[in-house]
Amino acid sequence: MLSRVANSIYWMCRYIERAENVARFISVNLNLLLDMPMEEGKHWKPLIITTGDQELYDKHYSSYAQESVLRFLTFDRQYPNSIISCLAAARENARSIREIISSEMWEHLNNFYLELTDEGRSDMAFGEPHRFYKIIQMRSHLFTGLMEDTMSHGEAWNFARMGIMIERADKTSRILDVKYFMLLPRAELINSAIDNIQWTAVLKSASAFEMYRKEHHRITPRNVANFLIFDSRFPRSICHCVSSAMICLHRISGTTSDAAHNLAEKRLGRLEADLEYTDIDEVIDQGMHEYLDNLQVRLNQVDVAVGATFFNLQPLIDSVTQEQ
Amino acid sequence: MDTFNHYEPGDYYDELMESTGVPRPGARLLVEKIESLPPGDLALRQQAAEALLLKMGITFNVYGQTEGTEKIFPFDIIPRIVSSRDWHLIENGLKQRIFALNAFIQDVYNEKKILKDKVVPEDLIHSSRTYRKECEGFTPPRGIWCHVTGTDLVRDKDGRFYVLEDNLRCPSGVSYVLENRQVLKRTFPQVFEASQVRPVDDYPTKLLETLSHLAPNLVHAPTIGVLTPGMYNSAYFEHSFLSQQMGVELLEGQDLVVSDGFVHMLTTRGLKRVDVLYRRIDDDFIDPEVFRPDSLLGVPGLMSVYKAGRIAMANAPGTGIADDKVIYAYVPKIIKYYTGSEPILSNVPTYICRDEKDRAYVLEHLDELVVKAANESGGYGMLVGPHATDEERKEFAEKIMAEPRNYMAQPTISLSRVPTIVGDSIEGRHVDLRPYVLFGDDIYVMPGGLTRVALKKGSLVVNSSQGGGSKDTWVL
Repeated sequence: MLSRVANSIYWMCRYIERAENVARFISVNLNLLLDMPMEEGKHWKPLIITTGDQELYDKHYSSYAQESVLRFLTFDRQYPNSIISCLAAARENARSIREIISSEMWEHLNNFYLELTDEGRSDMAFGEPHRFYKIIQMRSHLFTGLMEDTMSHGEAWNFARMGIMIERADKTSRILDVKYFMLLPRAELINSAIDNIQWTAVLKSASAFEMYRKEHHRITPRNVANFLIFDSRFPRSICHCVSSAMICLHRISGTTSDAAHNLAEKRLGRLEADLEYTDIDEVIDQGMHEYLDNLQVRLNQVDVAVGATFFNLQPLIDSVTQEQ
Repeated sequence: MDTFNHYEPGDYYDELMESTGVPRPGARLLVEKIESLPPGDLALRQQAAEALLLKMGITFNVYGQTEGTEKIFPFDIIPRIVSSRDWHLIENGLKQRIFALNAFIQDVYNEKKILKDKVVPEDLIHSSRTYRKECEGFTPPRGIWCHVTGTDLVRDKDGRFYVLEDNLRCPSGVSYVLENRQVLKRTFPQVFEASQVRPVDDYPTKLLETLSHLAPNLVHAPTIGVLTPGMYNSAYFEHSFLSQQMGVELLEGQDLVVSDGFVHMLTTRGLKRVDVLYRRIDDDFIDPEVFRPDSLLGVPGLMSVYKAGRIAMANAPGTGIADDKVIYAYVPKIIKYYTGSEPILSNVPTYICRDEKDRAYVLEHLDELVVKAANESGGYGMLVGPHATDEERKEFAEKIMAEPRNYMAQPTISLSRVPTIVGDSIEGRHVDLRPYVLFGDDIYVMPGGLTRVALKKGSLVVNSSQGGGSKDTWVL
């Protein structure tokens, strides 16, 4: 398939997954707010800090009031990772490959975006945020469901799926990173059942609460981290996402699962192996934040390798200009 | 809603009504249906149709407005109906015209017989901005230049059809014809079925056949692509739609590269050869090495591969010479010259400003005439004399005198009208008709076409860039 098309479908899916995860970040905070009321600004500021875009926020907003933060993360078109910006980008990508995806996918995404641009939407986001962000998540699920059921599982679909998985691995690591630090004041508490409510909220934000319960029963920070990083069967765990992305990548390259033929396969394969041969206690010894930070860097390197392997053929032909 | 009881056809040819309360034979079922609807129902159907178009994402970007501003191409649900007798004439007229124009282009770039015989003045050809020196001595695959044409027809007060413009380069709008039909089938299902409307849905298949027909010999399963300027082009929806319907690649200039004497596309598995391009980029932009060097849309080296016969293009570069608006005035003579018969479809009478006598007449009658520049389209570079201010007319008079070659003028035609929903009532609005013609193995005229409607009261300009909309066209 065309490199440009592969690039667009990969990014279309990354953007949708990203929008969904912004909604998840917000949801977890809303859940925490219900259980531990706090001074307004205190509760929302960490969320902005984790985006890494605090500077941009401070330039345009004067306080960390709930409504300002929600507006920034949801409706601000100047912020490239706001939900509306992500959906606009996803839709622009979809528009450029309409002939590749099913009309059901296109119409749903188109509608998803148009609904969000509707004036009344922000009233709902501020007035009934729980409902609103749940709807965002469900819309995203509906999209991936449509993709699963209405699009041939060929090369384009594998690029799409790989985009979702790489994005999700990154976002799950961020959810964990943030909360781990906020909620775990002293490292020696790692195995004790502290603040059940808050850790429950973390699990819920990754839709992991019930599945976790089946595996671990008691909620401890160690086990929560273990589950979100290493559980091979839970579809939002980092380990699962990386393995799924690897399967897609093998299908795209047409190689067997025990060989690595290009840079993307090499980098992703190494990451997958590392996840398989590491355990949670090693991670805790090494430092959770350092570990997750490194994971995000490596996911970025995978992304760069995917681009170099499939999307940008410049090294071969230098007369053509290509942009992402 | 005030329906047809009080509808006034006025002093124009009305496409649906003979007179107040009396529909034309083919429109009777439709008019009766609309009459029988409960009050407000027609407006609801109109809204439903618009919502459907928005949902399908059939929108165009509005330039110069805030980011994210998109509009649907305005659509009116009352269709225009063309009788089979009228259509028979249009179909034969267009076949004759396209055949002759194709012969003309081939001749102009090769033997130049028609110029030597002084039927068309030679200097007119060389001074045309759409003449491509690079095509001299070249014969495209199967000798076909204009594979896809969208000819603009108008109907005057006398009820006769006239050709207003030949669009032989990259005529757009056919996707609206197909989508409008999908929407209208859902809007008036029973009437549609009972009226026995001729189908338009096989256009993409016919287009694909036309393109496959061009593939270089010996290529077994040719790779075909639609070449688009990209998603910010106002016709992008159509490019994407057609490639999807035909199941071919949608390509941008950045996807293509010339290597080893062939055109290739960049894929996830390396280079893949392309055999036929349905290009929707103007000649000027397709190859920066040959035409405009600042073009980022095209493919450097494309023309040399094309001239070596290693890739085919539709329409062929150079066809624009036949839709120069001054050459247009000679088309009746061109038809006579190549077919030996009189034109079946007439031109609108045309004054050529390079001709001294005509120019004098034009300058004296600017308040009655429509003046057009030779190479503009989309309703730009045009003066509608009766509706213009003194100042505008003065400005055009100066332009004409400065560059007479570049202008022609026509009497203002009283375009026919079709009943159109305007707020709470139905009023007549002026329309034209653009049927689409494919030249492949044979010449095919799609039974239907784009009916463009000037939504502003009294306006005669139907272009979408100037406040026009569209209607479905039912050929019986």
